Amino acid sequence: MEFNKEFDASGLSCPLPIVKTKKALKDMASGEVLRVIATDPGSVCDMAAFAEQTGNPLLEQTTESSKFVFYLKKA
Amino acid sequence: MATKKMALIATKGTLDMAYPPFILASTAAALGWDVQIFFTFYDLQLLRNSLDDIKISPLANPAMPMPVPMPVMVQMLPGMESMATMMMKNKMKSKGVASLQELRDICLESDVKFVACQMTVDLFEFETSEFIKDVEYGGAATFMKFAGESDVCLFI
Repeated sequence: MEFNKEFDASGLSCPLPIVKTKKALKDMASGEVLRVIATDPGSVCDMAAFAEQTGNPLLEQTTESSKFVFYLKKA
Repeated sequence: MATKKMALIATKGTLDMAYPPFILASTAAALGWDVQIFFTFYDLQLLRNSLDDIKISPLANPAMPMPVPMPVMVQMLPGMESMATMMMKNKMKSKGVASLQELRDICLESDVKFVACQMTVDLFEFETSEFIKDVEYGGAATFMKFAGESDVCLFI
């Protein structure tokens, strides 16, 4: 999937992947896609909860080896 | 959708118990919530300019995982608290856990409101100059005003 910006949260634990994703989205334009990479297994549930509550749709979530990849669309 | 609100009362001043209020507050703020933390009793230590003196104690904490089994008589020796704190901080760093300082900074950047309990500030004879500048001072009524409108309200 194509994306406009990438944020690598590898190695970070809760709540950093979420609060830093929020920061990464801040200067993006509506409709742009952010790719987030995380290694925290908790981020799978957390990112879905973040997307639902902030209205930034989670377009896709994949797992590549031990990394979790998320595609979030800026609302 | 109306903005959700969370009100926290934070009362504990040890390293482990300092985390939950800052984690919840920074996360809620990232979700777009309005957040207020009311700092009282020992958690006032979390408002100090430097957080370097926040420690964890292995004493009276039998659930704390230790690298080697340690009798209580040993845990109470001088320096054990500092050693436990250093080990915990190193462990946290290696696991990518944010420092308290980092979480507090994130809270402040994302407009989490910090209110210090004036009664306990006076009780412990703290000077406001010992605290970071982004603090308001108030009492129970100040907290109740915000808490009464909140969606989530926790005592930590």
